[in-house]
Amino acid sequence: MSVEAKVKSIVAKQLGLGEDEVNNESSFIDDLGADSLDTVELVMSLEEEFDIEISDDEAENILTVQAAIDHINSNSD
Amino acid sequence: MVIDEKLTLLKGEIALITGATRGIGESIADEFAKAGAMVIGTATTKEGAEKISNRFSNADLDGYGIVLDIANTEQISETIKTLKQSDLMPSILVNNAGISLENLLMRIKEEEWEKVIAINLSSAFYLSKAVIGSMLKNRHGRIINIGSVQGSTGAPGHSHYSAAKAGLIGLTKSLAQEVGSRNITVNAISPGYVSTDMTKDIDEKMNQALLEQIPLKRFGKPIDIAKTAIYLASSSGSYITGETINVNGGMNML
Repeated sequence: MSVEAKVKSIVAKQLGLGEDEVNNESSFIDDLGADSLDTVELVMSLEEEFDIEISDDEAENILTVQAAIDHINSNSD
Repeated sequence: MVIDEKLTLLKGEIALITGATRGIGESIADEFAKAGAMVIGTATTKEGAEKISNRFSNADLDGYGIVLDIANTEQISETIKTLKQSDLMPSILVNNAGISLENLLMRIKEEEWEKVIAINLSSAFYLSKAVIGSMLKNRHGRIINIGSVQGSTGAPGHSHYSAAKAGLIGLTKSLAQEVGSRNITVNAISPGYVSTDMTKDIDEKMNQALLEQIPLKRFGKPIDIAKTAIYLASSSGSYITGETINVNGGMNML
């Protein structure tokens, strides 16, 4: 599964959405109805799934699905 | 071995309890272990940690002691990392460890103020932050902060201690609101005068005067606090969050 597909699947699962509702440009909070605690949990799920560490500062900039994909692409081998 | 019904109240739980060598923390650690939890108790010295481990192994209970200076954030990170690697992330955190220094505000030195705040208040923040992730993931967790009656009433000579304990109550309420939707409860217990090493130096005259203010006519025992903690940690307390339970024999009806 591509990073993109994996991220979308994690986001959908975390927020209780269908994967077709999750687009690259979706903002977690504005478009997908996440609250701030959801975004914290989302980052935790991404860390676990991709075996990376996302610092608090980095996490603050991951506001959209695309931002998550980009972060993972530039931080994993 | 006869299976005691008591052993099932906290079965399956992993409890991290700070300051578990003596006093209230010792009692909470022992009662939690007797209720079936796996208990990790912290101490400031190697001897203290061994004492905790020996207490558990002698009583055939599940748990051990570790050395942790709760004012040291690096040590907290290291400890939590080790627990994570051992698959022992706590489902219950009891922020119990504390120190009490006595001095008039005018005489409190900067380092005394900072030490009291670091140990009694900041440690609860750092430890909560370190364990909350796994609680969120598991959709289950209990955080219990041990405050003090002085956090509500204040007391002369204790401006630092009272400020820290009042701070714990605020921390409890805010965090409870943040994580309630994930089935994590955060509560505080405010003991009144409990007979421990911390209160043993109060002189006899003062003791008598205090006793007169306590409708139940006795000082608290560590187990009085431990029983309340068990209640909050077990399923009996599952609908209580953000609350501060005053366990003080009625000395201050807040």
